[in-house]
Amino acid sequence: MNADVSLSQGLAKDDPGLRAKIEDFLYLEADLLDEWRIEEWFALFAEGATYEIPPTGEDDADPATSLFYIADDYVRLRERVVRLTKKEAHSEFPRSRQRHMISNVRITAMTAGVADVTCNFITYRAKRGVVDTYYGKHLYRIDCSASPWKIKSKRSVLGMDMLYPGKLTIII
Amino acid sequence: MDITVPNPGLPVTSSDMVVEDRQRHLFRVARRAFTDEAVLEQERRQIFDRCWLYLGHSSEIRNTCDFVTRAVGGRELIFNRDRGGAVHAFLNTCPHRGAMVVREKKGNALSFRCFYHGWSFNVNGRFASRFEEGNYGKEHYGGGCADLAQVPRLESYRDFWFVNFDHNAISLSDYLAGAKEYIDLVADQGEVEMEIVGSGQQYIINANWKLLAENSIDAFHGFPVHSTYFDYLQNIGSLRSDGFNAKGMTSLGNGHAVIEYASPWGRPIARWVPSWGEANRELVERIRQGLIQRFGEERGLRIAETSRNMVIFPNLVINDIMAITVRTFYPDAANRMTVSAWALGARDEDHELRKLRLFNFLEFLGPGGFATPDDQEALENCQRGYRNQREAAWNDISKGMPRVGPPKNDDEEQMRCFWRQWRQRMAGAA
Repeated sequence: MNADVSLSQGLAKDDPGLRAKIEDFLYLEADLLDEWRIEEWFALFAEGATYEIPPTGEDDADPATSLFYIADDYVRLRERVVRLTKKEAHSEFPRSRQRHMISNVRITAMTAGVADVTCNFITYRAKRGVVDTYYGKHLYRIDCSASPWKIKSKRSVLGMDMLYPGKLTIII
Repeated sequence: MDITVPNPGLPVTSSDMVVEDRQRHLFRVARRAFTDEAVLEQERRQIFDRCWLYLGHSSEIRNTCDFVTRAVGGRELIFNRDRGGAVHAFLNTCPHRGAMVVREKKGNALSFRCFYHGWSFNVNGRFASRFEEGNYGKEHYGGGCADLAQVPRLESYRDFWFVNFDHNAISLSDYLAGAKEYIDLVADQGEVEMEIVGSGQQYIINANWKLLAENSIDAFHGFPVHSTYFDYLQNIGSLRSDGFNAKGMTSLGNGHAVIEYASPWGRPIARWVPSWGEANRELVERIRQGLIQRFGEERGLRIAETSRNMVIFPNLVINDIMAITVRTFYPDAANRMTVSAWALGARDEDHELRKLRLFNFLEFLGPGGFATPDDQEALENCQRGYRNQREAAWNDISKGMPRVGPPKNDDEEQMRCFWRQWRQRMAGAA
């Protein structure tokens, strides 16, 4: 833990506003999702980016050897977004209402302008009088040297021990 | 069967809830069968206490002393391999005061120890604590009453292990009946053996469990519900319309049924699609040729080319589609089930192919796939719609009844097989 603390302090020394900038970026992402501006959300991702939700309790799993909930390459992520814009994505028609909460934002590494960021999340999804709650931790790799910034990978590690809401149709 | 279809009145017993009129080509199921807690209670006694239920796959407890814990048929079970390699299924409850003895999901242990008062057991279930004299009388350890209780029946077919809570049940082999041929088509895919990949998915659906049994072999819903999935295949250039001659629908006996059809999607074994890339094309072709070598042209191509959705009554689904999923589901209440789903692949599978298999699984299957969530939505919508059952009391499952010749796979005969068995079981006649 101590090593991480000093690392964060070291990064802050180099650019004291970096975490605030990253938080702003993540809040923008959350807002795009909350408002169903999902194509703009996809535009935050760098070409070749990945989006993953590993099995519960196996945070470090590899999608080549473990069965994930979601393991999208860039093409499938694009197609996921295309699908969600259609009325025939029945699980999201009529669209659910969602709210993304983010906290505990930490920069865990910074290499050649690319930041590794972790944060906690709670996402609420409401549909037909049922509220689904998803919580856990996001792991991002964000290219801060690109303009605008681009997400190179996003892994959402569920905090729950099984998937109590049956579906993962929204981006959590 | 000569039961007249009732005017939409309300059924009284569960036998009245399934009504078939072959002359008039009508098959109806009462919506109450999906909503009534008393029906669920009867299902627990007549179906889950008496049918063979899937417990797990040999590969999940490959080594001696491996164990997994699992909820099956309303019980909490330990599925494990002892020091000598024998497979067991124990009721996960301490003979002393009832606490669950094993609390981890899986692991490897030389013995089990109940944390409540420290009673210990060998992994073959035998009581293993040594208390000083005076604590317990000589009779105490007699007759195995201090041992972990075994599930009454435990049998396997091709590495698929099943339990039955009825001592007098017919053998698993007789119970599986025609389903064995289709389990073979899956089990034969590995040159060494098949294995469960990773730990599986577990999720809730707010719908009656029988809705998922129906949905898992229902080809009629494919295009209306999953058009976005087929759009996706089209968009990435992986929708194949050339097909191998498929068999349609087959009743397998005892309520089991399967549909077999040409696959519009890629299959890791062994039907290549362009989005997998040229490098993997050769790999898939090698596997295909290997199948033909091992099983001959007809069976080899059948394994490679066709997809199969199978329900083994009451609640085991083995779908060999764009990947193989093994899926089972239990009611928590009349309107809610917990689903466990696993991916199955060949143990000796090439790393690239394994990667493809898992990638392919997720394009369609599971809570984050491009199709399963829309099935869940359909099931939950049905369950919600059944609130109207006093005025709208019946489901219709008649599609294909007037057809002369074998049923087509998008007919509803496979669901009728399920419901006939359900009615028979609920009446205590099976």
